[in-house]
Amino acid sequence: MTYDAVIVGAGHNGLVTACYLARAGMNVCVVEKNDWIGGAAVSRELFPGFTYSNCSYVSSLFRPEIMRDLELPKHGLQILPYEGGAVFQEGGGYLGMFRDHDANRREFARHSKRDAEAYDIYARDVLRFCRFIRPMLMRTPPDPSSFRPRDLAELMWLGKQMGALSERTRARMVQFWTMSIADFLDEYFESPVIKGYLAVSAIIGTALGPMSPGSAYVLLHHYMGDVDGNVGAWGFARGGMGAITKALTASLRAAGGEVRVGQGVEKILVRGGRAMGVVLANGDEVRGRRVISNMDVKRTFLKHVDEAELPGDFVKRVKAFKIRGSSGKLNIALDSAPVFPALPEGAPNLKGDLHFTDSIEKMERAYDDWKSGHFSRDPFQDVMIPTMIDPTMTPPGKHFMSSFVQYAPPKIEGRDWTDADRDAFRDTCLDQIEAYSPGFKDRVLHVEVRTPRELEAEVGLTEGNIFQGELTFDQLLFNRPVPGYAQYRSPIRDLWICGSSTHPGGGVMGAPGRNAAAEVLREAGIKGGMRDAYAVL
Amino acid sequence: MTALTHFRTPLLQTPFHARTAAANVLNRWGPWGGYMTALCFGDADMEYTAIRNGASVYDLCPMVKYRITGRDAAGYLNRLTLRDAGRLSVGGVQYTGWTDDDGKLLDDGTLFRHGPEDYLICCQERHLPWFLASAEGFEVEVAEVTEEIAALSLQGPCSATVLQAAGFDVFALKPFRMARFPFAGGEITVSRTGFTGDLGYELWMEPGQALPLWDHLMQAGAPWGIRPIGTDALNLARIEAGFIIANMDFIPAHQALREDRARSPLELGLGWMIDWDKGPFTGRRALLAEKEKGSDWVLVGLDIPGNVSAEGSILYYDKRAEAGIVTAAAWSPALKANVAIAQVKARHATGENLWVEIYALRELQYAKLMVPVTVAERPFFNPARKRATPPGRV
Repeated sequence: MTYDAVIVGAGHNGLVTACYLARAGMNVCVVEKNDWIGGAAVSRELFPGFTYSNCSYVSSLFRPEIMRDLELPKHGLQILPYEGGAVFQEGGGYLGMFRDHDANRREFARHSKRDAEAYDIYARDVLRFCRFIRPMLMRTPPDPSSFRPRDLAELMWLGKQMGALSERTRARMVQFWTMSIADFLDEYFESPVIKGYLAVSAIIGTALGPMSPGSAYVLLHHYMGDVDGNVGAWGFARGGMGAITKALTASLRAAGGEVRVGQGVEKILVRGGRAMGVVLANGDEVRGRRVISNMDVKRTFLKHVDEAELPGDFVKRVKAFKIRGSSGKLNIALDSAPVFPALPEGAPNLKGDLHFTDSIEKMERAYDDWKSGHFSRDPFQDVMIPTMIDPTMTPPGKHFMSSFVQYAPPKIEGRDWTDADRDAFRDTCLDQIEAYSPGFKDRVLHVEVRTPRELEAEVGLTEGNIFQGELTFDQLLFNRPVPGYAQYRSPIRDLWICGSSTHPGGGVMGAPGRNAAAEVLREAGIKGGMRDAYAVL
Repeated sequence: MTALTHFRTPLLQTPFHARTAAANVLNRWGPWGGYMTALCFGDADMEYTAIRNGASVYDLCPMVKYRITGRDAAGYLNRLTLRDAGRLSVGGVQYTGWTDDDGKLLDDGTLFRHGPEDYLICCQERHLPWFLASAEGFEVEVAEVTEEIAALSLQGPCSATVLQAAGFDVFALKPFRMARFPFAGGEITVSRTGFTGDLGYELWMEPGQALPLWDHLMQAGAPWGIRPIGTDALNLARIEAGFIIANMDFIPAHQALREDRARSPLELGLGWMIDWDKGPFTGRRALLAEKEKGSDWVLVGLDIPGNVSAEGSILYYDKRAEAGIVTAAAWSPALKANVAIAQVKARHATGENLWVEIYALRELQYAKLMVPVTVAERPFFNPARKRATPPGRV
């Protein structure tokens, strides 16, 4: 049989696209190389009784419009806001984060009275930028070189958004898009630990240091989500991040779509300049009127399409697309709750993100190691213990700890990672946690270590880049992934891309998948049951 | 750096808490600037009556306070604020405001001059980064001292008499002046200021003096029916007095997410504060331009027919075109009038053909009213006893 659409990869964006197409009446099939579904939004049980969020580990960006369109709550999805957060300082101090505005201000005041009172204006400025960006997430970027009415209208809309800002704010925003987070934070704050905490969102998933120009925008990318209207808030998916792709799969099946696991795509079939389907690793062919790739842009076009089918300049641009890996991940099963003596007893801070990098300078030094081709000797870790909130992931009293680690380069001093490198990376991270939580290592039952090597081999993320391409300004909007191909299409007819390599980029957001589906349906002349983005009031 | 446990006390207690908690038989608390504050102790009507009939005390501790000291203190404040702080004499108090470079109001507050080089700013919102940035080039110290000073407001027609009974003779004290009195081995400061539009004083002390002073006042004031009041009663009194509050009647420019929500002092009825001749100050150029070109908005007092309070209502020109919004409203017991404070587009400043749409929820059905309003002068309630020096003895 020939499907209306074959989707390559059962990551969250591939599933979102598949769901929308199936609900619009298309006959869709998702093919996945792994034996499990989820891509980088996945929960797996690698140690008996313990569910891990193996890759992505927190949720904020996933668009509520998509959850509602695809009835994900009905299919089991729950997002739980988290409660605290802390940075542990060298020498036994800490900076705690609290949901209560005034408690947070007083906590900041322990470190700097001025910074405590600067936070509101900082938050106002960042929220202003969020309000500007958010309406763009669920729109197809215009092609600035095209004269089609839709592109012109979309460009005019963009211009209007810009024009609605005051001159001062417009100037400020352009600065923000291009400056480093270190410079940006220096304009508001003086306390090293406060700046160290706030800079985190600007480096996560990015091969930039906090002092690299362009890092400030990455912070915005992490702030523009929400948990039930609470803009900038983050939460856990109940049951791990795989709960999102599980709900998507259930929604897809309810709409009549199919998912085939265990056989990856060897090759995308192209005949006469048109995509016809895919050939799987076992030689099976799955035919489709269109092929939609959830793989990153490099993997899609450089590994699974004959280069001869593609224009030379396109290939050159795809090769130049920056997708440098910068991070690793530890998934840890714990026999009991870790204790952090710096925190007062009963503090809610463990129910959130925990860091051990108490200044921007330390973060930058961690990046220096990456530049010289080594994982950070004193890494930045974004540690979460979801089981402090989610009772479903481990047996009672046991805990799952996720540690996102930066920096880890795709290659060690120019050569591939070895198992010995991986173990050294693991030990560096565990030792750092142990330094702030004595006895921590004795509680460890099992560790899954994922360097860029594992992320590429298992999840298929080129170089282990979690965003399927860096979120720098040169690779956003109509330049993502490649100028002229930002509208989810490719040089090959009926071959589409729907992953995080496309606008608006990475994170478990679902917007690329949704926008790609909108384009597919528009071209097919089918009205999709897709609500518009919620207004930003 | 002590490890505090904010999560156990997300709201701080003021130095008066032991007494306010005992008096708060309803346990009606609300957050104010990070503190627990009583919304009502037992009966808001009786608390309001105490403000207008006898004597009331209101815990002012959550007001944010900054001490400005140094050789250039006056010059600094002249740059920062709208009025001439140099002309404020020692022992005097100014109601003033400050704006950003665009002339949009950041906050209003009271400025106390304790010495030639020693001022205190008391306000609603927090401004330390702004105050410090503005201090560049001035020989001045700016310190946030909110927790170092406890404050209690004593308001009502009997307040001077109560203070005298307590041993603080304030009869010679004129409005916007302050005096020091010995108390409990130290000193307290009494200023003739307040937020009720009535005769009243504010008492400033060290936190350790708070409870003894409370007890002393309550005992001395008993014959005049002194009672603690909550924010609900105070809010009614301040509407009658026509006072505005940050984040209720205007959005401070530093907090406005939507750029068009910020307002200038000219647009908020505070144009009288601006001392154009004192020399340069932040916002001056923008405010001058606005003065020449005209403002977009104006703050007006309104008299509304009927007796249904119009809080949050939309104002229309000719019943159709949106013209503004009511920011505060109440049926005034003191005036037997239905009053409101509103922001309206400047061209409707006269109130001509201006209407208010009021949705009155009555037993699960809305009665929808569209009534014409008239512009009324603020303060709505302005008794002679507020200004009389010496104030009447009761």
